[in-house]
Amino acid sequence: MSRGEARGRVPGWGGGHSGRRGRGRRRPCCHGDAGLSICRGFQTEKDSLHSLTVSTMIHSLFLINSSGDIFLEKHWKSVVSRSVCDYFFEAQERATEAENVPPVIPTPHHYLLSVYRHKIFFVAVIQTEVPPLFVIEFLHRVVDTFQDYFGVCSEPVIKDNVVVVYEVLEEMLDNGFPLATESNILKELIKPPTILRTVVNTITGSTNVGDQLPTGQLSVVPWRRTGVKYTNNEAYFDVIEEIDAIIDKSGSTITAEIQGVIDACVKLTGMPDLTLSFMNPRLLDDVSFHPCVRFKRWESERILSFIPPDGNFRLLSYHVSAQNLVAIPVYVKHNISFRDSSSLGRFEITVGPKQTMGKTIEGVTVTSQLPRGVLNMSLVPSQGAHTFDPVTKMLSWDVGKINPQKLPSLKGTMSLQAGASKPDENPTINLQFKIQQLAISGLKVNRLDMYGEKYKPFKGIKYMTKAGKFQVRT
Amino acid sequence: MSSNSFAYNEQSGGGEATELGQEATSTISPSGAFGLFSSDMKKNEDLKQMLESNKDSAKLDAMKRIVGMIAKGKNASELFPAVVKNVASKNIEIKKLVYVYLVRYAEEQQDLALLSISTFQRALKDPNQLIRASALRVLSSIRVPIIVPIMMLAIKEASADLSPYVRKNAAHAIQKLYSLDPEQKEMLIEIIEKLLKDKSTLVAGSVVMAFEEVCPDRIDLIHKNYRKLCNLLVDVEEWGQVVIIHMLTRYARTQFVSPWKEGDGLEDNEKDFYDSDEEQKEKADKRKRPYTMDPDHRLLIRNTKPLLQSRNAAVVMAVAQLYWHIAPKSEAGIISKSLVRLLRSNREVQYIVLQNIATMSIQRKGMFEPYLKSFYVRSTDPTMIKILKLEILTNLANEANISTLLREFQTYVKSQDKQFAAATIQTIGRCATSITEVSDTCLNGLVCLLSNRDEIVVAESVVVIKKLLQMQPIQHGEIIKHMAKLLDSITVPVARASILWLIGENCERVPKIAPDVLRKTAKSFTSEDDLVKLQILNLGAKLYLTNSKQTKLLTQYILNLGKYDQNYDIRDRTRFIRQLIVPNEKSGALSKYAKKIFLAQKPAPLLESPFKDRDHFQLGTLSHTLNTKATGYLELSNWPEVAPDPSVRNVEVIELAKEWTPAGKAKKENPDEKFYSESEEEEDSSESSSDSESASGSESGEDEEEDHSGDSGEDSGESGSESEAGKGRAAKHAKARGKGDSKDVDKEKENSKSSESSSGESSSIEESSSDSESESESESESESRTITKVSTPVFVPGKTHVLLHRMSGKGLAAHYFFPRQPCIFGDKMVSVQITLNNTTDQKIENIHVGGKKLPMGMQMHVFNPIESLEPAGSITVSVGIDFCDSTQTASFQLCTKDDCFSVNIQPPVGELLLPVAMSEKDFKKEQGMLSGMNETSTTIIAAPQNFASSVILQKVVNVANVGVVPSGQDNVHRFAAKTVHSGSLMLVTVELKEGSTAQLIINTEKTVIGSVLLRELKPVLSQG
Repeated sequence: MSRGEARGRVPGWGGGHSGRRGRGRRRPCCHGDAGLSICRGFQTEKDSLHSLTVSTMIHSLFLINSSGDIFLEKHWKSVVSRSVCDYFFEAQERATEAENVPPVIPTPHHYLLSVYRHKIFFVAVIQTEVPPLFVIEFLHRVVDTFQDYFGVCSEPVIKDNVVVVYEVLEEMLDNGFPLATESNILKELIKPPTILRTVVNTITGSTNVGDQLPTGQLSVVPWRRTGVKYTNNEAYFDVIEEIDAIIDKSGSTITAEIQGVIDACVKLTGMPDLTLSFMNPRLLDDVSFHPCVRFKRWESERILSFIPPDGNFRLLSYHVSAQNLVAIPVYVKHNISFRDSSSLGRFEITVGPKQTMGKTIEGVTVTSQLPRGVLNMSLVPSQGAHTFDPVTKMLSWDVGKINPQKLPSLKGTMSLQAGASKPDENPTINLQFKIQQLAISGLKVNRLDMYGEKYKPFKGIKYMTKAGKFQVRT
Repeated sequence: MSSNSFAYNEQSGGGEATELGQEATSTISPSGAFGLFSSDMKKNEDLKQMLESNKDSAKLDAMKRIVGMIAKGKNASELFPAVVKNVASKNIEIKKLVYVYLVRYAEEQQDLALLSISTFQRALKDPNQLIRASALRVLSSIRVPIIVPIMMLAIKEASADLSPYVRKNAAHAIQKLYSLDPEQKEMLIEIIEKLLKDKSTLVAGSVVMAFEEVCPDRIDLIHKNYRKLCNLLVDVEEWGQVVIIHMLTRYARTQFVSPWKEGDGLEDNEKDFYDSDEEQKEKADKRKRPYTMDPDHRLLIRNTKPLLQSRNAAVVMAVAQLYWHIAPKSEAGIISKSLVRLLRSNREVQYIVLQNIATMSIQRKGMFEPYLKSFYVRSTDPTMIKILKLEILTNLANEANISTLLREFQTYVKSQDKQFAAATIQTIGRCATSITEVSDTCLNGLVCLLSNRDEIVVAESVVVIKKLLQMQPIQHGEIIKHMAKLLDSITVPVARASILWLIGENCERVPKIAPDVLRKTAKSFTSEDDLVKLQILNLGAKLYLTNSKQTKLLTQYILNLGKYDQNYDIRDRTRFIRQLIVPNEKSGALSKYAKKIFLAQKPAPLLESPFKDRDHFQLGTLSHTLNTKATGYLELSNWPEVAPDPSVRNVEVIELAKEWTPAGKAKKENPDEKFYSESEEEEDSSESSSDSESASGSESGEDEEEDHSGDSGEDSGESGSESEAGKGRAAKHAKARGKGDSKDVDKEKENSKSSESSSGESSSIEESSSDSESESESESESESRTITKVSTPVFVPGKTHVLLHRMSGKGLAAHYFFPRQPCIFGDKMVSVQITLNNTTDQKIENIHVGGKKLPMGMQMHVFNPIESLEPAGSITVSVGIDFCDSTQTASFQLCTKDDCFSVNIQPPVGELLLPVAMSEKDFKKEQGMLSGMNETSTTIIAAPQNFASSVILQKVVNVANVGVVPSGQDNVHRFAAKTVHSGSLMLVTVELKEGSTAQLIINTEKTVIGSVLLRELKPVLSQG
């Protein structure tokens, strides 16, 4: 499969180009002359076969860490040579930051679709036309699954669990087409590793691999395992709303909207059938559901009726209709000025509560990317701690709770590069905060009922408001 | 391949080897780059030994390490013989890992791989469906051409497997086999055709995928399955949905006529898109050709709509592109909200979605205008996202919002992300050209930017200003002067070149400055960028032509410098200009026109979106994202002028359907009239035979469903979306349907025997049951429809009760059951059938009923004595018992020649009833009279699947001999009966409430029986 990559010279891959870490090692196939000729031999042998090949959706998957090493590869069809990733490295080099690497990169014979999460690039190799979102969504699902299995998704964890990773990937895709992506089903096929199970397995010789087809796979509720049993039956729902806003210099709102999700943690025995109703469902303007939610009931009665998956899942995400004015719970008073002649600038910000419905604002952090001209800052916070990284020019201030009686402020000076002209832009301030027990849109759950099972579950609902992408321009 | 292995071994240098060492608790210590190669060999020996051991744990360990090697891209092919031996391992995890290995290396070790085939062939017959499926998966993944026939056979068998999971894997295997050997195409298409008929949602996505890969041009295979696919779509797994929707989009473009009115293409710049379009559409419909949407077309649009709510971005995008490409333009608006929602997702999703929105927003601004602010840029967005958002903002700009946008752009220009700032400046330029009202404002703004500190910003502004000035041949002397001054400070070549070009073009307007600029640049010529040098030459030439007195020498000087430049382009240009402008004897006629050549009116560049012509690619595709045709891209065809025959999509169930079809198709002329009249005829002719009647009943039900696909979906909940879709066509349907319904009622009134009611009823059963495979059930249901006042009972499998056990009856066994027939011995009696069995080896003689011990008022009609019953013989006799509408026991003696046995018959309350046929209206009337004390009710809680109409019906008639009353409401089920003895009415109502509850109501004068029946029905209805 290395034909195209071996044949075509990587664009811009000049001779003087060897500074990258680990690069020389990674491209043995097409680097030296000897390697190249071997590659060619290999490729001609394959070409006859490939002229006939129609390809599948996802051909191969490469996992690449931030330093540019391929640490895992999986092929669902013929092997695609690693050298295909050179095109990816090219793009990576061109993009200054990891998140500017284009998600779709064409190469002469393949297309590389990638997602970047947890500092790992998941690069899928495809050969023919396919909806790009199909692949991207799938890759995200893979990451979610890993996270679900191992708690965190990081390079060392994946390396430690390489066998489980392989088994899971094998089940998730067949011939490049997704087979089982519901984590409830996967967990029945391949049990997630736990310390206890590892010990038991070594003693008893039993395996992590299920030998029966998960019942969910065939049932009308593929997302739920059968035979779920709990001694304490509980269902928790978290209504979490995020405010995305851009506030301009003068403090007026340029744009603000509320996005919300309801995350659930349901641990109920058997096949419970739940209904959840809202006091004010009209607030919800645009919704997307977990597949378990019965769409028709929602359409006709605005009630969420569903047989939940077992464990944690996102029941619903919604957008609050734009007609409703968004209450902005915080304000930022700022006075940031650079003087033309002086090498000192003034920096002063104060954060205060605005429309909080009587709740406390906590977990406040302020971050700001300062202009390159700023050398250092000497600041005094009235509360919390702040850091300034002189390399990245990132200022972050961990404020904590806001006490309305004594507003937190951060004051001081910035030292600027001597002789440099003053930056023409003031930095943007990004804000993070949390408000417990409040859904800022006013959304309220009316009731939660359970049918189909006899026991009485413990039910809990929690509200929270957070800052989403909350920016203040100065 | 050995080359590859060499390569991989070589690369597994120090670092990676340590990793391997960690994970495998082996004894190998990596020692330098070259020692590793040998240690690799040693390690493999070690692995071989482990694989050959007879302990599963050692084998598993070895396999895990081998898989680890594969994952790192290291070569483990030499272990093939050792690994393949374990393919038949009992341990399922070892087996799976061996599968992983096999699939990876089988291609390279074809001969050895064949050793494993027989194992898979055996596993294909395993009773465990998971094992069958995974055997098929691995077998079909082994890319060894020799086994093609075996694979073919396996796929064929698996495609007829009982397990849908195995069939799904068969669909996947089709693609694998096809890529291995395209010669098999014809055979594979046959299998695809078969699997396309599959009703399982599990299979649908995979087989459509196979279809897309193997034979995307065989659109004829889809026709018959089109409606099924549309209806199944919501329940298919999400990945399948994407594939099916894309396929159906292509299908729709070949099979239906365009729903877009003529001149839609011009609508691009229409401002208030929503209102005007709606109106125009209506007008157009009235005036122009009477466009009516094919109901199948509507079906697709309607059934995909709920999927916009999917959590899967790919599904949402797929629906969006479907609406974009095949829905009437007035309806496509609903997709924007969902697409905007996706912008909250990961950066990769945002990237793709924004690209698609960019393309859409060029053509139909109105769709995204309300969401303008969602595209505002945040400083934390990655650059590529910022630039796409900017693109969309530019596309959406109009006179109304431009001032807001310009203010927003001002912020962007100051961004620290200079690439983005530069893009913003270009955007401002584009806005200035597209919206003439603000072009002066924009120009002024850009001029202000010229004094910006950042060079990139200034340079970009210069370039954009140049373009703007070129477009507006007005006097802008001041700006040009200003820019000429900038030349001293600015260093970016493009900007310098732009300024020089601008001065050259306008040299007559700035007669004093131009020569001076030339003088300055002549000085710096040698140190300029090539781009700038070319423009210096141009400027020189232009000045030479217009102002040769002042600049002749300067130009000569520059031309001389250019003559010896390193760059051949510049040398060429120099030579060319010299020949053209400097008159000498050799220069021909051309030099006369030099001025015209150099100072010709130049067309202004067009500032337009890079997404301008992406729309010829289907949205949501890879080709669209890349703006080049990707391998395997399937072109979306244009709408056909005339729609191909729509009847190909009709599914023929049985003969009658065929007869009917043309009428259904000719509906445009006479909507549905014919349908009813024809089915009436059918009923008339077939009234005598209940069998064919039921067939026609369920038949017309099914046809109706298909035909009315426009308005009567499988679920009653659909009606909401119907009203929305209620354009001309759908409305017509609704009317026709309404007519049909009322007709049903009429007929029932005038003739309670009418079997029309039965067909109406059965169709409603059909419609309301979401299970597509309930046909047989509903057929048996329709058979049981009521015909006379006392209707025939619903057939239920008779429940037999033991009357006399053979042990206590000395070998004589007796069972009884209630046949639910009117009793022939008297109308107040319940008919009971008793089956007598002789289990002895001797004849039993003279079986008869002896003494009866009946409670007051009860009567019994006994059977005639049976003279003899042969050994192992059995005989069934009928008796009639008048239970006086009570559940009291009838005791009597069953006697033979020698013995007498006391036996009892206690009737279940449900058997004391006879079904009654009545209309809904009568039912309500009667129910109204039986209220108060005569009413008992209770609430039932049960899982929703127990509340499907067919399930409720089945359950109720199992318990009680009642007749079904046709109901106009889907959530109310009514049953009527009368008691056998007194003939009092017994009305049962099951009313479905929200949240898996239902109300069970019984109205009767016989309150005792009523409450007993209630007690019996309740547990039955609530249990799973």
